[in-house]
Amino acid sequence: MSSTSEQDAPTTLSGWLTYWRIDLPLAVALVCCGLLSLFVLYSASGRSEVIVFDQAIRLGIGLAGMITLAQVPPHWYRLGAPWVYGLSVLLLIGVLVLGDAAMGAKRWLDLGVVRFQPSEITKLVVPLTVAAYFHSRSLPPRLYEVLAAGLIMAIPVALIVQQPDLGTALLIVAGGSFALFFAGLRWRIILLLVAVGAAALPLIWFNLHGYQQQRVMTFLNPASDPLGAGYHITQSKIAIGSGGLFGKGWLNGTQAHLDFLPESDTDFVFAVYAEETGLFGVLGLIAIYGFIVARGLFIALASQDTFQRLAAASLSLTFFFYAFVNMGMVAGLLPVVGVPLPLISFGGTSMVMLLASFGVLMSIHTHRKMLVT
Amino acid sequence: MSGDDAIKNHGAERRLFLRRTIAAGVLLLVLIGLLLARIYYLQVAKHGYYETRSQDNRMRVEVVSPVRGLIYSRHGQLLANNQPAYQLEIVPEQVTDSVEATLDRLNAIVTITAADRSRFQARMRQTPSFRGTPIKLSLTQREVARFEVNREQFPGVDIRAGLTRHYPMGKYAAHVVGYVGGITERDLSDIDRKRYRGASHIGKSGVELSYESALHGNPGSRVIETNASGRALRQLDESPAEAGQSLVLTLDARLQRAAYDALGDKDGAIVALDPEDGGVLALVSKPGYDSDLFVDGISHKNYARLINNPHKPLYNRALQGQYPPGSTIKPVMALGALESGLIDPDKRVWCPGYITLPGSEHHYRDWKRSGHGWINLTQAIERSSDVYFYKLGMKLGIDDIHRYGALFGLGHKTGIDLPRENPGIMPSREWKHGHRSQPWYPGETLITVIGQGYMTATPLQLAVVASQIAERGHAYKPHVLKARRDTQTGATTPVAPEALSPIQLTDQRHWETVINAMKGVINDPRGTAHHYVGMNLKYPIAGKSGSAQVAGLPQNEVAPDLASIPYKLREHALFIAFAPIEDPKIAVAVLVEHGGGGSSVAGPIARDVIDSYLDSLQGEPRGPITAKTRDAPPRVAEDS
Repeated sequence: MSSTSEQDAPTTLSGWLTYWRIDLPLAVALVCCGLLSLFVLYSASGRSEVIVFDQAIRLGIGLAGMITLAQVPPHWYRLGAPWVYGLSVLLLIGVLVLGDAAMGAKRWLDLGVVRFQPSEITKLVVPLTVAAYFHSRSLPPRLYEVLAAGLIMAIPVALIVQQPDLGTALLIVAGGSFALFFAGLRWRIILLLVAVGAAALPLIWFNLHGYQQQRVMTFLNPASDPLGAGYHITQSKIAIGSGGLFGKGWLNGTQAHLDFLPESDTDFVFAVYAEETGLFGVLGLIAIYGFIVARGLFIALASQDTFQRLAAASLSLTFFFYAFVNMGMVAGLLPVVGVPLPLISFGGTSMVMLLASFGVLMSIHTHRKMLVT
Repeated sequence: MSGDDAIKNHGAERRLFLRRTIAAGVLLLVLIGLLLARIYYLQVAKHGYYETRSQDNRMRVEVVSPVRGLIYSRHGQLLANNQPAYQLEIVPEQVTDSVEATLDRLNAIVTITAADRSRFQARMRQTPSFRGTPIKLSLTQREVARFEVNREQFPGVDIRAGLTRHYPMGKYAAHVVGYVGGITERDLSDIDRKRYRGASHIGKSGVELSYESALHGNPGSRVIETNASGRALRQLDESPAEAGQSLVLTLDARLQRAAYDALGDKDGAIVALDPEDGGVLALVSKPGYDSDLFVDGISHKNYARLINNPHKPLYNRALQGQYPPGSTIKPVMALGALESGLIDPDKRVWCPGYITLPGSEHHYRDWKRSGHGWINLTQAIERSSDVYFYKLGMKLGIDDIHRYGALFGLGHKTGIDLPRENPGIMPSREWKHGHRSQPWYPGETLITVIGQGYMTATPLQLAVVASQIAERGHAYKPHVLKARRDTQTGATTPVAPEALSPIQLTDQRHWETVINAMKGVINDPRGTAHHYVGMNLKYPIAGKSGSAQVAGLPQNEVAPDLASIPYKLREHALFIAFAPIEDPKIAVAVLVEHGGGGSSVAGPIARDVIDSYLDSLQGEPRGPITAKTRDAPPRVAEDS
């Protein structure tokens, strides 16, 4: 990165990008993803221009939000994260008390102007808060610090599970855990937690809702319920499998267009993509995702304080986790949880919040030089 | 590089973070590898399997055709019902080789004619390739079985069980009930296409046409998943179709059959009305035709046979045929003359065998060459004197003749709820000026008053005339629909009869004068029909015969040398009647094409129809009717 004086108006592209604190490799990859999303959704929605237009608007809002967040110096995030965290916990309580039930689950908060899911904010805020917590502490964390970080995760997760929204809860646990992991959580504790988690599975099982249990059962044996929950997985596997090496071609997928695939433009959009673009398309998408994550980890490695490192690394890994869980679910590798395909699935909050997290990454990366004296 | 501080070992933390990032990178690669392995497994290793399953996966939205409403006679006998039928369909999109090749191979199993093929191709062009197009409409059980055995060889071909229309009364009621047939382009232009999605048939004639909208119902839809060969695997969703209304007709099935049979081997038409509400008890046009032939698309051979038949079976003589009414019109003319006050019914008029008009040598002949002598109105009607009516017509004039004729509905469609009715002609000065661009000649008045010349009427109109007289001017519009029956609830809604505008005479006794004369036609020993109709009467019957001249021969009530006249030149025999006189239950018009004498040929048929109906009203055993007064060979009656 060339260093440019703040006062000079940018005259070149690189100057302009630096002026607006945009990380070009990340921005290019994200915009590619966003444009790809428009094409995929056009096909997946059965050529609905409304859906594409909606998604384009959200992409625009998300990119604008990303650039805005990139202007904010990283230490503001460190200082602000606990407060936003506190606010989001209050909002989550608010959702439980007076939330708007959609599809039998209370996830939405209607603020008059916008209706949004406070749980989406926590996805971003929890890793930041954990990172901020460890910022001034000596790492690797000691046990009580691990427990404190665990508590930071547990409070919103407990509230979100009540909604109930298992997918988001899982992602928040993942985000916080990644921060803990990068903070240097000892391997033996990791192993211990995995063991405890495995032991606690029956306990978790009995606390799951009927439909959540059903999803797990279906995952284990999709043929048991070919018309109900297993139908989604069976059909999405058919979609992916029938795509072959090169796919059936854009707009030529039959599974989604014949309405075999439910939620073909949201959680199951990957099946449409895989059907129409084949293995090479999937490789291309994974390459873009991999590049984004790699760039995020690079930013983390290049960053200069603990908060930035932990925040950048855990946000990057969370992004990958999103993608992996969604693709794994659609491919029948994981049970069905409500996780959208990052930057591709139709959905406003998810798109905007993901781009916001990259705004934080860009902020970390582009403010780097100024902290060096 | 920032330096270490007391609490944090920045160097160590940096190295720890690097190690963790590498670990994360490894985890990432492992997960990506796992994912790719899975995708590879699905898209490459098992591609063939999923490719097949994807092709097998077909969700079809099928239109559920509504069940067509049934048609019943007034006593609940089925006139049109739905029978199970199997049709062979091809979904072009699912055919693996070409459609042509599939048709060729199918031909070995199910006979597919060139006509089937061309019809199929015409239909296929108008149908999206993922929809089924019927190739053969009614398969025999044997063909169904043969196809089922070989089904696997024919992807995209399927048998669909459906219902086909069947007309149990066949030729007996073909002209009333009508038939359904394949929907054509022309039908499509005037129907609500949405209601006819997936429909193959539409009413083409008779009640099937006039009540098409009620009978058809509303289609539903069903989402089904099928495999590659098009066989339905399971149903995912359904919105049921709404069956069409069933109709109960005023038609008396037994009387309809009896009337058809009463015509014997002659062509003609019979219309029997219930004068108390205008309901059509029987409406026969002979010869009939087998309406079932039309349901699945009539073959060219059969159609040519019907079209080229000189007896014109498709022609509905009862309401399309326009015949000179002949002397059957005399009661109407008598009522007009009485109402206008121009004649005294008791005054006797000299009737020689002919009259001439002033300034003309032309002889307007009476059917009876010797004349009737001195007769009054009653005798003139009983004996059907033409000269009496010539003189009456000269007094009345064409304007009044037209006015009274029109009052009884002549020259206008009756408005019956059956399609393609003709209005007949009730001539007038205006009519002749408009149609012939000629003035009205006095001689034309003479032949009009005896129902000849330009004047024509349909048998239905004559039946309405009979019921007008029977009801002394308070008759009802003829109709065939008695009630509608909701197929779901079974609730029956009767249709209210519609009164015709009443014919008000200044003196009600005029009705009795004319009716009495019509009674005399049958009862009086000198009445024209007495010998043929008036023997062993169980009910007082009023009637009037008519013989309609076809060619320019002198009209003869009785043609002794009928057999010597070429068939096409023989006159039409007509008879109108109603009974019982004081409480009329049935009004009949009979037309026998080229039958000869009205009294001798049409009269006995009218008597048969009336007897048959009144006997059934009395609850007499419904045995086969036999010729009572007529010297006719015994007929084998068909079971009703």
